[in-house]
Amino acid sequence: MLRINNLKVSIVGKPIIKGLSLEVEEGEVHAIMGPNGSGKSTLAAVIAGRDKFDVDEGEVDYMGESIFDMSPELRAREGIFLGFQYPVEIPGVSISNFLRTAINEKRKHLGLDPLTGAEFLKLMEEKKRMVDIQSKLTNRSVNEGFSGGEKKKNEIFQMAMLEPRLAILDETDSGLDIDALKVVANGVNSLRSKNNATIVITHYQRLLDYIIPDFVHVLYDGRIIKSGGRGLALELEEKGYEWVKKETGEATGA
Amino acid sequence: METTQSTAIKDSLLELFKENQQAIQGHSTPLVNRLRKHAIARFRDNGFPETHQENWRFTDLSPLLNTEYSFDFSNRSRNMDTDKIFTCEVYDLDTFSITLLNGWFVYKTAPLTKLPNGTIIGSLAKAMEVYPELIDRFYGKAARIEEYGLASLNTAFAQDGLFIYVPEGVKVEKPIQLINIVNEDKPVFFHPRHLVVAEKDARLTLVHCDHSLTHNISFTNTVMEVFARENAVIDHYKIQNKGRNSALVTSNFFYQDTSSKLTSNIITLNGGFTKNLVDVNIHGTGSRSDHNGLYLVDSNQHVDSQIFIDHRSEACESNQLYKGILDDQARAVFSGKVLVRRMAQQTRANQNNHNILLTDDARTNTQPHLEIYADDVKCSHGATVGQLDPEAMFYMRSRGLGERTARQMMMIAFASEVVQKISIEALRDRIHHLVEKRLKGELSICDQCVLHCNSKEPTSFNIDLSKL
Repeated sequence: MLRINNLKVSIVGKPIIKGLSLEVEEGEVHAIMGPNGSGKSTLAAVIAGRDKFDVDEGEVDYMGESIFDMSPELRAREGIFLGFQYPVEIPGVSISNFLRTAINEKRKHLGLDPLTGAEFLKLMEEKKRMVDIQSKLTNRSVNEGFSGGEKKKNEIFQMAMLEPRLAILDETDSGLDIDALKVVANGVNSLRSKNNATIVITHYQRLLDYIIPDFVHVLYDGRIIKSGGRGLALELEEKGYEWVKKETGEATGA
Repeated sequence: METTQSTAIKDSLLELFKENQQAIQGHSTPLVNRLRKHAIARFRDNGFPETHQENWRFTDLSPLLNTEYSFDFSNRSRNMDTDKIFTCEVYDLDTFSITLLNGWFVYKTAPLTKLPNGTIIGSLAKAMEVYPELIDRFYGKAARIEEYGLASLNTAFAQDGLFIYVPEGVKVEKPIQLINIVNEDKPVFFHPRHLVVAEKDARLTLVHCDHSLTHNISFTNTVMEVFARENAVIDHYKIQNKGRNSALVTSNFFYQDTSSKLTSNIITLNGGFTKNLVDVNIHGTGSRSDHNGLYLVDSNQHVDSQIFIDHRSEACESNQLYKGILDDQARAVFSGKVLVRRMAQQTRANQNNHNILLTDDARTNTQPHLEIYADDVKCSHGATVGQLDPEAMFYMRSRGLGERTARQMMMIAFASEVVQKISIEALRDRIHHLVEKRLKGELSICDQCVLHCNSKEPTSFNIDLSKL
């Protein structure tokens, strides 16, 4: 589904991602872990289409097509979803109006009829229950005045509404208490299917107690320096990033 | 210092006044005519406002004064059936509607109507003949012609306009709508004059629409005086959708007595040159004055909002919220001044002006200004000029919204803060709809107009604003 090959990305001349390769297939959950500044969020933003980064080298293919030929909205309509680390407040735009427009633009792209008001409301009620979001939240402006937890829940709610093929969750667990974390994890798990894939970007292994990954990758200084199964996350939690650094440093002879 | 242009037109106006004095004075009361003499003297001294004056620094009238205008000193549009040329869809619900064509009352309804509850609505010229004592009580009492040059010019020349008198305790249920149309082949200069009085405990909603039907050059120099007597409630809505060659200067003078409540909303959808001047005298204690404005301008449109709120009394509240979106090379000027006099203790005053510039060439000058002499007050002001938030743009696009849709959604959201202040639901919905159309590029008096201006007979079209 997603193939990243030797990706190199910089911002105003400063390299951030320095040759990263990754393959994600349908039905898989990948966790990308790493310390601050290792390039995790940059990777997520580049896949979603953020244009403030320069792609210097490499390919990113999604469903067999290069995503660099696609605008951010086209990527979204084709099923890519980015859960933001810092969701943006949009005063005056209600969540329901925003999502209805988003869903119908996607449906139009896929050659489907737009959802009627009633159909949309029904879908919204169903998804609200799934992510345990308060009813009145959807009448409010997007993220405006939301608490940190509400913002993250709202990201998962939007994901549930848009039903993406590839979801990338950028530090969705940061700043959440354990109850909110469970709600978020529960949302992700209930949307999991053999047809879609999830990339969970996280600093801590805590979230991975609730969202069980198939693969764990350690991102350090713009490269994936170690990949493994779920056990890698636990080992990382126990021994810290220094351990992987040392181990891979020795392995590569650096 | 006066430019030769403004001197030339000033001289010809003074000459014109002398030559047509009889026609101009014909229907007026002796008091109104004495005011004219005083006003023309003020105009002779001061001339047109110029850019060295503080309130005109960024708004230059001189290009507009370089035209040969014509003037009408008699009502030629008395018997015109304006329904044939224009249907205003801003507020086509259940209203009492009055039309002015080129500043003159159109006699499709009786020139003056007295409702069973005593409310008088109609032509100002006619009211001067029928109710001279009412006119003399109020006319010229709120307009400060010493301060405002164009108001003095209006006071000298004004002959007709709207007159509304709501007696004590009367609540006028239906909004009264004034439709101001300009339709002329040659450049015209005119001076509509409106006088609105809501007596003690009265209630009134006035919807005031300014339209032009052609692209021809026109200069409308309006003065409106509004009196909200004790405990009166007045809602005033002004919707402007004018052609790019039209100049519209409106001087609104509001006088508020004790415990009165005034809301003024000025929505500018289009206009070549627009200046809206709001001057409020908060005279009585416990009054409230709310002023909301929205301007959506593009191409070379110029809109200037000048607000002066004079707190002269205790425990009053005033709020200003003016917002604008500027595209292309459009220019907006906001100057808002709140004066809190020494005796106006416990004043609460709020002032906000926010602008979004869509291009590098659009420009705005905003000058919030508080002048406070009382010590027990709560005043605040804020002004911003910015672009659409690129972070929000990316967020919306990452959910599948096209760039255009995302921009429009953000602009509509920005504008809707002002639209939401409109208290009549039907009117609010209607204006929201017009604002949406405007921001989607579907409402333009110039570009997608059905008027066929090159045609010699523009009067045979039924204008449906929703199709513009």
